[in-house]
Amino acid sequence: MSVVTVQLGQCGNQVGQELFDVISSDTNDAQRYRPSAQGKTYHACSQERFLNEEITGELSARAVLIDMEPKVIAQAMATAAKSGRWKYGDQSFFCQKQGSGNNWANGFCVHGPRHEEAVGDLVRREVERCDRLAGILSLMSVAGGTGSGVGTYVTQCLRDAYPHSFILNQLTWPYGTGEVIVQNYNSVLTLSRLYQCSDAILVHENDAVHRICAQLMNIKHISFSDVNKVIAHQLGSVLQPAHTADTHSQYSRNPMGELLSRLVCHPEYRLLSVCSIPHMSSSSLAYSAFTWPGLLKHLRQMLITSAKMEEGIDWQVRAPPVGQGTAEKLSGFNTSLANLLILRGKDVSSADTCGFLDPALYSPWLPAEGAISTWRSPLPFNKYEKSATLVSNSQSLLKPLDLMVGKAWNMFASRAYVHQYTKFGITEEDFLDSFTCLEQVISSYRHL
Amino acid sequence: MSTPRRNNGEGCDIAGGKIRCLKARAVLIDMEEGVVNEILQGPLRDVLTARSSSRRVGIRQQLGCGTQGVRLGVQGADCGEGTGSGLGSCVLNLLEEEFPDVCRFVTAVYPSAEDDVITSPYNSVLAMRELTEHADCVLPVENQSLVDIVNKIKHMAHTGKPGSVIKKDSTLISGQGGVSKSEKPFDAMNNIVANLLLNLTSSARFEGSLNMDLNEITMNLVPFPRLHYLVSSLTPLYTLADVNVPTRRLDQMFTDAFSKDHQLIRADPKHSLYLACALMVRGNVQVSDLRRNIERLKPSLPFISWNQEGWKTGLCSVPPVGHSHSLLALANNTCVKPTFIDLRERFTRLYRKKAHLHHYLHVEGMEQACFTEALSSLSSLIEEYSQLDATKNLLMPDAPRLNIAT
Repeated sequence: MSVVTVQLGQCGNQVGQELFDVISSDTNDAQRYRPSAQGKTYHACSQERFLNEEITGELSARAVLIDMEPKVIAQAMATAAKSGRWKYGDQSFFCQKQGSGNNWANGFCVHGPRHEEAVGDLVRREVERCDRLAGILSLMSVAGGTGSGVGTYVTQCLRDAYPHSFILNQLTWPYGTGEVIVQNYNSVLTLSRLYQCSDAILVHENDAVHRICAQLMNIKHISFSDVNKVIAHQLGSVLQPAHTADTHSQYSRNPMGELLSRLVCHPEYRLLSVCSIPHMSSSSLAYSAFTWPGLLKHLRQMLITSAKMEEGIDWQVRAPPVGQGTAEKLSGFNTSLANLLILRGKDVSSADTCGFLDPALYSPWLPAEGAISTWRSPLPFNKYEKSATLVSNSQSLLKPLDLMVGKAWNMFASRAYVHQYTKFGITEEDFLDSFTCLEQVISSYRHL
Repeated sequence: MSTPRRNNGEGCDIAGGKIRCLKARAVLIDMEEGVVNEILQGPLRDVLTARSSSRRVGIRQQLGCGTQGVRLGVQGADCGEGTGSGLGSCVLNLLEEEFPDVCRFVTAVYPSAEDDVITSPYNSVLAMRELTEHADCVLPVENQSLVDIVNKIKHMAHTGKPGSVIKKDSTLISGQGGVSKSEKPFDAMNNIVANLLLNLTSSARFEGSLNMDLNEITMNLVPFPRLHYLVSSLTPLYTLADVNVPTRRLDQMFTDAFSKDHQLIRADPKHSLYLACALMVRGNVQVSDLRRNIERLKPSLPFISWNQEGWKTGLCSVPPVGHSHSLLALANNTCVKPTFIDLRERFTRLYRKKAHLHHYLHVEGMEQACFTEALSSLSSLIEEYSQLDATKNLLMPDAPRLNIAT
């Protein structure tokens, strides 16, 4: 089944370009180094999922690029064409001359409705080229104007147009300190709307990814491209073909459906976080060896301390004894609702995941055997001999979300910047509704 | 947006390095012929058409002519003299009516205390009212600061130690490295303002990993509609010829941007309150360099309680000619207040005696009410800044959050 990707705004387009790059290079590696049937089916399955074969034999991404200014799209398309492995469809982009200017209201109330039809047509064309549609993946940031404002509007339209399809939103959260000053307003408005219309919201925090680049990959001058590569790696390892528990030795046909049905078991809890292990620079990759028990032990500790990388995790935090009830939660312990473990690489069938089966990790009202699922693929992903990725619906996003809402609320208390939004038709009432919605989400996760 | 207009798409001949088929998107307005004529016959004659300037005297015709060409929100105005301040603010109103969606940026040149026009306080205060009410963003520039910067660069250029020769084409004040003698007196100062505008629009003109368009500047830096005066600073002022770019010098660029000497108005932002701050970087600078410097500088800069992380950043990959990297810092800072208070003082000194007032009042449509209204507009602006200033150093408690019943 195929996934249609919608890339919105500067961030979404840059992440999307890196994502397709990772996927196409990984798929090619699989075919090159594993000429067996295994590699071939992996290649075929991944290609069906993400790429179109055009009449000329070229591969084009099943993606729609949307931005309100032309520069980023032009660059993404040129970079893709230069790779020689894949490209974007010549017609599958939509851009305007002037950006949304970091103003969510401008994107949501002006640009979104104005270009609804053009964008809808582009997505429909891409959807019609799929034999079977697994779902729609939209990539965007929450800080800027186009990604967040237009992105939210487009997601709402897609929900109306495809009421029975899965829609997964990948959001990039901005740096805590300054990228855009009104980023917290934009985030609050985006998240509260998306919570109503998206099936799940997969979050990457720039701060966390930046730390991975600095400490694990040892990059001295970190550029946005480095940050996007890490995000793309994590996304790719989730979305590339894998065997699920139900499919046994077949590659899963319905990646998004299975992901969502496993992780989003309650409409009140839709925030997903991702962490991967290992991350390292390509130069030291050749000299490293990993064992499955080691990787999984680290990953489990990352989960319960809600750390995003394996360096500097707190080994003191332990799961509380079962049966103590929620009142006695240890501080710093991260309770999960549901987890999805994706293991890729050599000897994957030997990996023992019982550490994640512990009922103490999960909310008491859900049976532990339903809360954890494992996907496996015997092929190494993106040149890592063994790698493990964990998608988790847990309290780990509670703290950053709470911080974000708190800052926005503080700013709202003095009514700073609000006039920029009322100018385009977002009223103070709308702000209050969004705040209420997110406070509700925070409260739900806090009492998990 | 701010790219030059191409007259005819094809057959662009660049003869001898000169651009012939590009036309500037500019409208030149003045009440006397001299300056405009000089520009039209100067080295820029090829990029300007005779149509884009209006030379006849007579305000109404001028305006009719002006609006035909104006599509761009950036304009330069002078706050002290008659044409710049009076006609300039009139054009501003007109632009707001005609193009409400387009950002109106104004670089306003404020006269220094020993200005040669006696009535300049009147003109400035009258213009200030229009700027406060009708512009989206004002970038105030003070003549005295420009003079100081020019002197500093000249000083470096002539007394530099051996080995620290200033690279040609790299100073802010001229294309000749500040050594050419043939320049007119104000060229060097004007060049600084030109560089300000170049850096301001660079992200809209060139690509970069973090774009920052003009409308984003207003969106991020103007928390309250009237408080839109942005203090700007440019660094580096010049590059030395034989030095590469070690990290220390890159960090020095960020430090300089917040020092008193590099501001384009005479003010000290470090000791006033920041409402918001934008860093527009050009050249080979990565996001990690930006983050490191923000972390480093943040403790020494007082930000308003609800905007502790009030940083807006832009990365443009193309540096200005002659530089490897450059930085334009724009700050919405209460340090503009002293400039305004000073201006008000000079205004009231004249106004108390009603000196020179009759020159204004005999112009049709000009009443004394205009003066009092302009003065009260300025006073309330100062008051708004003072109120924000008062919150400095106070520990503001977080606003109580909404409670969710569980």
